[in-house]
Amino acid sequence: MIAVDELTVRFGGVVPIDRMTLTFEAGTCGLIGPNGAGKTTFFNVMSGFVRPMTGRITAFGDDLLSMHDFQRARWGIRRTFQTEQAIAQLSVFDNVLMVQEHTGGERASRRQAVMEAIGFVGLDAHANKQVGGLGAAQRRLVEVARAVVGTPRVVLLDEPAAGLPDDETEHLAKVIQRIPAETGALVILVDHDMSLVSACCATAAVLDFGRLIASGTTSEVLRNEHVIRAYLGTETEL
Amino acid sequence: MDAVQPQDVTVPVSGWAAWTRDIDVSPRQAVLFGVFILLVFFVLPEWLNSYFLLTMTGVVIYSIITLGLGLLIGRVGMVSLCQFVLAGIGAWVSLRLSYATDLPFPVLVLCGGLVTMAIGTLIGLPAIRLSGLYLALITLMAAGALTILLRTAQFPNGGSGFFGNSSAGGASSLLPRPSIARSDVAYYRYCVIAALVMFAVATWHVRGKPGRAWAAIRQSEASAVAAGVHTTRYKIWAFALASFTAGIAGGLLAASAGGVAISQFPVSNSITLLAVVLLGGVYNLWGAVVAAVFMRLVPAALTYYWGWSTEILTILFGVGVIQVLLTAPGGIVEQMPKDLGRLARKLTGRGKKTEAAP
Repeated sequence: MIAVDELTVRFGGVVPIDRMTLTFEAGTCGLIGPNGAGKTTFFNVMSGFVRPMTGRITAFGDDLLSMHDFQRARWGIRRTFQTEQAIAQLSVFDNVLMVQEHTGGERASRRQAVMEAIGFVGLDAHANKQVGGLGAAQRRLVEVARAVVGTPRVVLLDEPAAGLPDDETEHLAKVIQRIPAETGALVILVDHDMSLVSACCATAAVLDFGRLIASGTTSEVLRNEHVIRAYLGTETEL
Repeated sequence: MDAVQPQDVTVPVSGWAAWTRDIDVSPRQAVLFGVFILLVFFVLPEWLNSYFLLTMTGVVIYSIITLGLGLLIGRVGMVSLCQFVLAGIGAWVSLRLSYATDLPFPVLVLCGGLVTMAIGTLIGLPAIRLSGLYLALITLMAAGALTILLRTAQFPNGGSGFFGNSSAGGASSLLPRPSIARSDVAYYRYCVIAALVMFAVATWHVRGKPGRAWAAIRQSEASAVAAGVHTTRYKIWAFALASFTAGIAGGLLAASAGGVAISQFPVSNSITLLAVVLLGGVYNLWGAVVAAVFMRLVPAALTYYWGWSTEILTILFGVGVIQVLLTAPGGIVEQMPKDLGRLARKLTGRGKKTEAAP
């Protein structure tokens, strides 16, 4: 469980996250909202790239904000980025191994751990291929494999389906759905593709201008009129 | 994954198996490499005259300097303009130690490498925060400062003890060679072996955990941190390794014919070095060899055969770097096989792909 308490981030006059208080339960939770709502900023606070002005984040009983940024991966936080960051020069295997060995993975079992993660996303056949030669969807899967290798506790997925065609998004959704059960990690999914969010997330939270405007089960949240107004903008006519 | 059940038997990959997997060399590459080494080690010294033997000794030593810089630029994405002057520091330290102690040659060179590594690491500390132009500027200023330091400290011209000075001494100093490599040919081979060791060290780094961490840093520092890479440590490590290679090369240079003089390490050479390293190719360790050929053999050949001034090379390297940056980021070492293959296909009129030297 992750408890976010009164979290505020301020960049000069801009307040991307404004007194956010929210609890993420085990399983997969969607974090949605229009562009600029503060979703990625929240991920950056979780990763340690952004220092909040006030607030606390307690993850599984540990005070997350007191940890160094690079230590958080070792603690169990993994993430993907909006712009995909798989390393083109390395093979799929080495990409995943890089994360395994820097998050405290044992050397003796590294091959097994890495191959399990690659198998998890269904890239077994491509393990020794260079990532640079793979397609966009496969590179996204490499990122997911990097996020699940070893012992992840929290997996943050930042628009993993951005730019993917529908059939590939479906495969990605199936992979994401299996993460909580097979790795035990809590997953937070940011995406604009509501079908992906509905397919993967039991619960969802909605941010708008840095404020939490709704949270609850995904179907409830997506029917909430504030959410529809903020996210889809259907009621603010010209 | 923590879903690994206890009954799953973990098969530990033994050290040797892991090592051979990390090496990952095809038989064809191994054969080409073997032929290349035999050629360099046995055939070349028999065939060259004394002028070119000295030049080739220089090429071999310079390839250790360019190896470190290429690693820094190509693998980590950091620029250093003090690599060449650091070789001067390596030469200075090993020469001074030879005046002060009776340590054997390899130990002198190694000490030179280690002290240079410490100094280079100190210079590299700002690299944690800086990158690109600012890092280049800092390292260039450091190169200037080190040159002044060497000049004021009287670049070793003899005298006793570590800080001694001989007013009668000449402009250059020669480090006594090891007893097994007194002659020029033997010393050339000695340097080839030293270079092989340094290339092996570099390969081990690139193919191993540090190499993967560096690749992650080069991709994006944020994603490297998010993957648990201690970016500060690995960036400093890269700087330390590059400085170490420069220091080792400096020690070897001090014992090559003619010895070393302070005038051999001008700050401007660090910039030329950057140009040839980019020209050779920074994404492939062989690029270091090509760069060393440009830095040492090409000027020597121009002077020997045509009596040209080596100044013209500054212009040629400049044009070459523009060409590389615009059209062939992999440098000559990656572009040449492609171009030769294309040429061969054109000449034979068939699709058979031919590749030149590795």
